[in-house]
Order: sequence, then C-alpha cells, then structure tokens
Amino acid sequence: MRTETFSFLPPLTPNEIAKQVQYILNQGWSAGIEYSTDISPENSYWNFWKLPFFGEKEVSRIMEEMQACREANPEAYIRIIGYDNIRQGQVHSFIAMEPKT
Amino acid sequence: MPDKKLFDAGVKDYSAAGRHYYSPGYEPSDRELLAAFRVTPQEGVPFEEAAAAVAAESSSGTWTNVWSDFLTDPPRYAARTYKIEPVPGEDNQFIAYIAYPLDLFEEGSMANLLSSIVGNVFGFKALKALRLEDIRFPAALLKTFQGPPHGIQSERDRLNKYGRPILGATMKPKLGLSGKNYGRVVYEGLKGGLDFTKDDENITSQPFMRWTDRFKFVMEAVHKAEAETGERKGHYLNVTAGDMEEMYKRAELAKELGSRIIMVDYLTVGFTAFTSLSKWCRDNSMLLHAHRAMHAVMDRQRIHGIHWRVLAKTVRVVGADHLHNGTVVGKLEGDKASTMGSADLLRENVVKRNLSRGIYFDQDWVSIPAVMPVASGGIHVWHIPELIRIFGDDVILQFGGGTLGHPWGSMPGAKAVRVATEAVVKARNEGRDLQKEGGDILREAAKFSPELEVALETWKEIKFEFETVDKL
Repeated sequence: MRTETFSFLPPLTPNEIAKQVQYILNQGWSAGIEYSTDISPENSYWNFWKLPFFGEKEVSRIMEEMQACREANPEAYIRIIGYDNIRQGQVHSFIAMEPKT
Repeated sequence: MPDKKLFDAGVKDYSAAGRHYYSPGYEPSDRELLAAFRVTPQEGVPFEEAAAAVAAESSSGTWTNVWSDFLTDPPRYAARTYKIEPVPGEDNQFIAYIAYPLDLFEEGSMANLLSSIVGNVFGFKALKALRLEDIRFPAALLKTFQGPPHGIQSERDRLNKYGRPILGATMKPKLGLSGKNYGRVVYEGLKGGLDFTKDDENITSQPFMRWTDRFKFVMEAVHKAEAETGERKGHYLNVTAGDMEEMYKRAELAKELGSRIIMVDYLTVGFTAFTSLSKWCRDNSMLLHAHRAMHAVMDRQRIHGIHWRVLAKTVRVVGADHLHNGTVVGKLEGDKASTMGSADLLRENVVKRNLSRGIYFDQDWVSIPAVMPVASGGIHVWHIPELIRIFGDDVILQFGGGTLGHPWGSMPGAKAVRVATEAVVKARNEGRDLQKEGGDILREAAKFSPELEVALETWKEIKFEFETVDKL
C-alpha cells in the first residue's frame, strides 16, 4: 500500500519532517496535522488534530503538536499538511508517522 | 444618360482616414478583444496599409466600398490597428496591435471568434506572411465561456495528490495492442507508482482494438491498481471520434465504468465539439485532458501561422483541465522562455505583458480555473530535477518510453520515476539546489531503489540537442 507524497521514499526522520514543515512555513502557508486509521483511497477527510495552525511560524510548535497527536492516537497514521488560503487548497501533504504497533 | 454615382463607390485604401481600420494612438478599452499579429507585407506595401487590411478583413470591411455600409454605423464594428511596432533586426516585419469591438463576437463561441480573427486574413495577397502572436480576452467575453471543467486545485482535491508533480505515461506501442494487452500495460504502470496512464492521440477505435474493449480492460486495470496501491488512479480514455454523437457515447461509457478522466484531441475534433465535451465534463464531474495533436502545423514557423500561446489560451477559455505544453528538455520542439510564458498563461490568475516570455498583453483570467500543463515527449529519470526546477509542482510529467523502456519492465520503470520524483521534491523542499545537485540527488535515491539505479544506467547518454526552429 502507498500513501501518496513521499511514500516511495524511506520513512522520514524527525529531522527530515522538521525540514518539510520549515518549507511549508517558508512559503507562507499554514501547517496542519491530521490523523486517521483509515488510509483507503476513498477517504478524503481525515481527523483534524485541533485546527490547522494558522499563522504559526515556529517549527518546534508543530513538532510538539505532532507528538501530542501521536500520544493521543497510537493506532493512527499521522500526516502533515501545508495549506494555502490564497489558492484555497492543500499544497503539501505527506504521512509523517505510522501507527505505533 | 447613366446615373451619376449614388454613393462613393470604388476602392479606397484600408488605411484611409475616416475608415477607422488604422487609428494610431487609439486607446483600447477593457471591453475590447486585443490581438497582436506579426506582419510581413509584400515588398512595397506600407506597414499602415497592411495592418489596416488585417483589421478590416477580420472585422467589417472589404476590398471596395459597398452601398450597404451606409445602413450601419461603421465605426462601431470596425477593428482598429492602434499601434505598429517594427520588429528589431528585421527590415520588413512589424507587430500590429488591433482592437476588436465586443459586438463582433457571439458569446461562448470559440468557432466564431477564430473564424472572425484568423478566418479570412491569412491568405491575403498583400501579405507575404502573417502570424497571430497573442490575444487578450476581455473579462466580459471570458465570462461567456465555461473554462476548464474543474481546474488544478479541484483536480488535486479529487485525486488527493499534493505537494508534487503528477506522474503519467502514454501507453506504447502507439497502435496495435489488443484490449487485454493494453489493460496489462496500464496496470503495470499504475501499480508501479504512476498516477495516470494515457491513450495516445491516434488511439480511438481501430480494427486491432475497438473502443469498448479498451475501455473495459483499462478500467479493470485502473480499479485493480487503485485497490492494491491505496492511491487514486486514472487513465485518460480518448473519446475523440468521427462525430459528436459517438463522442458522447464514449464519454458516457467512461463515466459508467467509473473513470475519473477522459481525453480529447481538441484541434482535430474542432472547437465546437471540444466546447460541448467540456461542458459535459463539468456536468458529469469528469476531468478532461486535452491533447494538442496538429498544433505544430500552425505554430512552428516563426513568421506564419498561430503561435502556440494563442492555441493554449483558447484551451483555458473553453476549456480543459490538462494541456500538453512542451517539455523544453525532451524530444519535441519548444523554446524555453516561450514555453514558460505559455505555462504562466495556463496557471496564473493574472499574467502581465512580458516580451522576454513572449507575452504581448496583460491577461486577467477573472478566476477562470487554471489548466495543468503536461510535459510529455522524450523525457526520462535524468530530466526530473530540471523538469521540477523549471515547472514546479503544478505540472504533469509523462514518461512513456521512460517507463516502458525500463529494462525490467514498466512496473519497475514507473517505480523508478516515482522514487526519483519524490526524492527530488523532498530535496528541493530541504533547500538543495536542483541545478547543481540534481544528479547527486538521483544517485542517492538509487542507493535504496534498484529500479532507479538501473534506469539511471539505461538512459544516461540520451539527449536531444537540435537548435529550436522557432525562438522568441
């Protein structure tokens, strides 16, 4: 099974994830965290972890939230999204963490 | 005794004052359609006369005065040449800027628009050559057309694919496979990691494979690949046919079988069929891929024809969700600056005049959705860093030979392309320089992908290095 962007590369290290988040913030986009146990292709809407972090500029804050999401949802896949409100749509999306099992 | 003349009969210069076809200094308004023509007059024909002839004969005028002109209000319907710019470095060539009143055109009819602007003037004896370089569509006219059925962002949302170029491959051999074999080739590519596979432009319904066989086997392959990979997939089913009724039949079957996307050769079917199909696609929630078969007949020669950027703009107006727009680096013709100019025209909402990219007019698209440019033709894994550097993420990269030609088959070939694309995107996001480090990025990725390693060995030496025939 594949899960879109970066799913054909080895799993990203926390450092590599942080660089992707930095890229999202550098473009002026908002980072968001979503989680789900259902990665089937028909599933468009994953669960929001809180809300997209509109205006948040600190990568470390996003990384902390990702950890918090993992603690709260050990069986879920977690993805990071980049959101551009001017284009009105996601512009980046990749699975950052697989379930803990 | 014969009557004296009842009106001012006889031939007058097109550029005669009072006829309006030559109006230097006229300020065009937002309500007018503007065109830029590259004009090469015959020896001895003054620039103003040649330009005014183009304006007249693409609007309301003709070669001799007619009595019925007096039944109308001629200035209202006259196209006006408002500016003439000699082309630097050429002794008998200029750009004519012409403004057309909105009343000349039927709403929502690209057929009428082209019959008007380019239908009559290109064979004019007074001109040695004529090329339509650019058109500025006014907002009022744009609002009478549908535009792309969905557009780039909607497409990404439908496919759930973000943050990277979309990957495809045209099925090869171009012709001759049976339905089941064709479906096999589709399956291998999609399973390997491509997002889309594609009918070639001349696959429609031929004795070796009728369309219903192709549609059935292809959709079986698409659904299977989707279920096994967990990613959304599609195949551009070509609905190009001999008549409109047949095209609708094929579009309906594609929809019934659950296809996300269909394809049409927009120039060979004609703008009227293309427009009808585009409207059907929005109504039926289907993506539409436009192939530009036959464009090079019109756009390849520098002084005569219609520049590609005009043919591309018409696709956004009418429209389609994908359009082949050139690769710059692959096997087919295309000057880089000009290709980036037409990519801007397809993707941006407001495009400014920029002669270094061949854009003659500001164009405000008034929220008409963007068209995804497709880069297809002679590209392979080694081109990927440069392609992503040039085009960014909003592009479809198609590797026909570049996947099916992989020594291990097209599933590994597709995987190699996908791995390479993701590795390059990841590296770019990390801030690495794709121009300097592109090769290194691919080699690093090859360390964990044997498929990519073999691909990099197979294609190292292939290049296409002929001088472009048409440059800005």
